[in-house]
Amino acid sequence: MATKSKGGQRYKKMSMSPKEYQSFAKTMEPQRSVFANCIKAFLFGGVVCVIGQVITELYVHLMGMTREDAGDPTVATLILISVILTSLGVYDKIAQWAGAGSAVPVTGFANSMCSAALEHRSEGLVLGVGGNMFKLAGSVIVFGTVAAFFVGIIHLILGTGGQ
Amino acid sequence: MIFLWAFLVGGGICVLGQLMFDVFKLTPAHTMSTLVVVGAIVDGVGLYEPLVKFAGAGATVPITSFGNALVHGALTELHDSGWIGVISGIFKVTSAGISAAIIFSFLAALIVRPKG
Repeated sequence: MATKSKGGQRYKKMSMSPKEYQSFAKTMEPQRSVFANCIKAFLFGGVVCVIGQVITELYVHLMGMTREDAGDPTVATLILISVILTSLGVYDKIAQWAGAGSAVPVTGFANSMCSAALEHRSEGLVLGVGGNMFKLAGSVIVFGTVAAFFVGIIHLILGTGGQ
Repeated sequence: MIFLWAFLVGGGICVLGQLMFDVFKLTPAHTMSTLVVVGAIVDGVGLYEPLVKFAGAGATVPITSFGNALVHGALTELHDSGWIGVISGIFKVTSAGISAAIIFSFLAALIVRPKG
């Protein structure tokens, strides 16, 4: 395993310094086009938001909710759709194409929780599903809560007293 | 018109996330955490609500709105019941999102055949 002769110069000796290895690994990395990824993220993320807007309009016009009241059921509906697509294994395929476009909307939050729950199901309901559901989503909740706490404290100190 | 703004603003926030993935090489967890904190700060200075009025679901569907909702709950309770509201109000508005995600994910784990 010291050298690989078949690949010619593309393969180097195994005894590389870490620095050499890093630059070598970089040349082997597939070229990712940032621009193309951004277009995909923009299109898919935008479409998810439009779907959210359509669901909101449905709640407003069919159920007679105010636009503000329709916010919670809209989010819940999107999460339900995301959980169903994740269970069918469709969402992960979309995520490979759409990148951040599928991760940033609230559907991505639900996807991270649902896929963690499914992945660890075989370890049992308590240790597997219960213990791992927030493995990825947990950091979002922790940092959101801490940030909200400090914003609240600043408003308290400044005496702006909320909205 | 609101559909167009929802598309543009929502897509724009996703591009921000993609740039953090690709250009700054952040992990998805770091990216999402950063976006939530950004949403919290933007609502803290009072700018998220106008964005929601303008872009509708384009502002409420991305994860930044989670930070906005956490701050919104805290500030509303701060207004209504004093200093303890900063603690007690944080999850008031976000309950729907978190509860729905927990409940549906748990049910999915019950129904779907375990993998791996």
